[in-house]
Amino acid sequence: MTNKNYDIIIIGGGVVGCSIARELSKYDLKIALLEKEVELAFGVSKSNSGIIHPGTQAKSDSLKGRLCVEGNKLIRKIAKELGIDFQEVGELIVAFSEKDIAKLKAIKAEAQKLGVENMRIVGRRWLKVNEPNLSKDVVAALFIPSAGIISPYRMTYDLSENAAKNGVEIFTNNEVNDIVFKKKNSFEIKTAKRVFKTRYVVNAAGLFADKISGMVGINDFKITPRKGQEFLLDKKRENVVNHIIFPLPTKTSKGVLVIKTSDGNPMVGPTARDVDDKEDLSTTDDGLKEVLSSVKQMVPSINESDIIAYFSGLRPVAGDDFIIRHESSVPGFVNVAGIQSPGLTAAPAIAKMVCSVLQNNGLTLLRKKDFKRYRAQTAHLFKISKAKAKKLIKEHEGYGDIVCRCEMVSRKEIEEAIDRGATTLDGIKFRTRAQAGRCHGGFCTTRILKILSEKLNVPITSVTKRGKGSLIVKGKRA
Amino acid sequence: MKERELVIVGGGPAAMAAAISAHERGVRDILLLERDQFLGGILNQCIHTGFGLNYFKELLSGPEYAHRFIEKIKGIKDIEISLQSFVTHLNSDKELIYLRPGEMKEVRARAIIMATGCRERTREMIHVAGTRPAGIFSAGLAQKLINSEGLLPGQEIVVVGSGDIGLIMARRFTLEGAKVKAVIEIQKETKGLVRNVVQCLNDFNIPLYLSHKISRIYGKDRVEKVDVIAVDDNFNEVDNSKFEIECDTVLISAGLIPENELIEMAQVKMDKRTNTPISEKTNKTSIEGLFVCGNAFKIYDLVDSVTRDSIAAGEMAAEYLGYKK
Repeated sequence: MTNKNYDIIIIGGGVVGCSIARELSKYDLKIALLEKEVELAFGVSKSNSGIIHPGTQAKSDSLKGRLCVEGNKLIRKIAKELGIDFQEVGELIVAFSEKDIAKLKAIKAEAQKLGVENMRIVGRRWLKVNEPNLSKDVVAALFIPSAGIISPYRMTYDLSENAAKNGVEIFTNNEVNDIVFKKKNSFEIKTAKRVFKTRYVVNAAGLFADKISGMVGINDFKITPRKGQEFLLDKKRENVVNHIIFPLPTKTSKGVLVIKTSDGNPMVGPTARDVDDKEDLSTTDDGLKEVLSSVKQMVPSINESDIIAYFSGLRPVAGDDFIIRHESSVPGFVNVAGIQSPGLTAAPAIAKMVCSVLQNNGLTLLRKKDFKRYRAQTAHLFKISKAKAKKLIKEHEGYGDIVCRCEMVSRKEIEEAIDRGATTLDGIKFRTRAQAGRCHGGFCTTRILKILSEKLNVPITSVTKRGKGSLIVKGKRA
Repeated sequence: MKERELVIVGGGPAAMAAAISAHERGVRDILLLERDQFLGGILNQCIHTGFGLNYFKELLSGPEYAHRFIEKIKGIKDIEISLQSFVTHLNSDKELIYLRPGEMKEVRARAIIMATGCRERTREMIHVAGTRPAGIFSAGLAQKLINSEGLLPGQEIVVVGSGDIGLIMARRFTLEGAKVKAVIEIQKETKGLVRNVVQCLNDFNIPLYLSHKISRIYGKDRVEKVDVIAVDDNFNEVDNSKFEIECDTVLISAGLIPENELIEMAQVKMDKRTNTPISEKTNKTSIEGLFVCGNAFKIYDLVDSVTRDSIAAGEMAAEYLGYKK
């Protein structure tokens, strides 16, 4: 079934694809976004650490370094426009010796070339006051105030929601099986459900960007999944650190960090190990040991018993830098590949870059007059004042009906998540944090299943954790 | 802020026994806050028998045991029962904030009894490596899905941990036609009551592996199998003892944790290891007039004992409020 011609089709509904979709939705274009999973942000983005990097982790002449610094600036405006909770908490790269301090100075000098501002090296006295739980063995740190935190899933969902409001058509459950390159600016994209015709293709398929690129004969890069295991701490430890704490980076990664998250639960990790399987999201006992021993060197009071959850993510690595380019042998095809860290931070800058790449290759960008720039913020009862919460509960009784007791998520928030596109238990969890607290859904899963079933008008027996074969129950009792 | 003489948080057997006993001792202004839509707490999903032998000298099911208290408490007009009422804040001045659909309320209590029960230890807390597919349930959640909602969570089950709920659920799944392939217990002995091992496992030929643990969960969308491995006295893995069990469901029954986040918020002195108040006497906390009873105070084997100690909590609160014996 082929029913219309698109100007652009974006493949991949992670934070990169959704950033591009939202940026392009400012212009008079017919756009679709295709996602293979049942919901957006279910691939690489779901296990992102949520750090908005300042730009101290990449070489000054790299694409990712430049886009990171630019993205760090852009994200503030986007967060305001879309009502995303962004907090500029700052980061500390810690040093354990005089020799390490020299390395901090080198990082600082490199970052200055990229335009990172207000960095300074702080000593023991400053650290004692501003980061009291830090190990006494830390002699100094590079303080970078422009680092921040954001929810990677909510950022993806809020971008996609705004893009959809501005006309982008989003098709989940549409895995791309084939792309036929007919001629310049004429493509047919085939999914199991339908055929999409388009003038331009933007490949933001994350771990599978090499596979998608291969469909049009571009095979000069390979995505290697680099696994990161993350461990989430109880909200009781919310204030264990005041900044994001980094060790000195290694060759393959930024090292194991202590991360503040916008949900309040601190996170420790990630590990970094190249793996073969693009679907291997398992965690290991070794991963836990490695993370704990590393973070305890920086923050000794973090214990195994603080951990309430753990998960793995896969970074889509394609060499040392991002690949963002128009493929001149396949006119109309743009690759956006190898977007690993700092991909979340860079996403808004990547989106702008993709716009100009498209423009340089024949796409006319005409600004829409009626672009809807703003999105109403989703309320969370415990992030607003008591008086406001009281008023909100009076206006919508469902805010006073707590479904998830550990994270205190109300029925109204869960219903709203469904209205905004959640169809699965994980979709609810990523949007609201319901089921993500210390009891892990032991108490609230039943209620959420019922709400999903009622609102989506489907039987409880067909509700899934995250689509496809992930059914929660195997049927009705005999 | 409205002032009340006694506020009880919870609506299970502990809360109801405490409320009734405080009333019997003369307290006339009692507010009971239950977060669910019904009184009875977890007993509502415990449809097996075995309750009441000590207290009523009768063999009752969970709902029957609860029902006796529900009938009694509903007949006492001095006890105001507020359902769907979720306490979000508690401070050391005994001020509470609670939510109900459509309203946020604040109340100051002269005395408080917390009867907030317990939660189950999770897969995450016992650190099982592997994937995170659908099909991993705490035993209590599976119990609720089967008994209260009429759903069957899975067909081929491995139970991790031999706590009473796990044993009872092994039997329950078997009665519903599912195949329980094994109960895996890391300790040398079972944690559950002997009668439950006999009646729930032995009578149904369900294999129990003591000194074993599951070391990994497999499956992308839904659980597919688990690795099981023997452990020595120090819980170290025994070489060459690993084997696989295919299953679609993993039930976690690895113990219970008292739910005391509210009293922790109120700065009650806590034993971090057990998540219970540090206390020299049952039901007491480091804050005068703030009592904790039932499974929130310590994990009990029998509801009859919860009732007994919660009656005492009601009496202690009455005494604190100045009512003589």
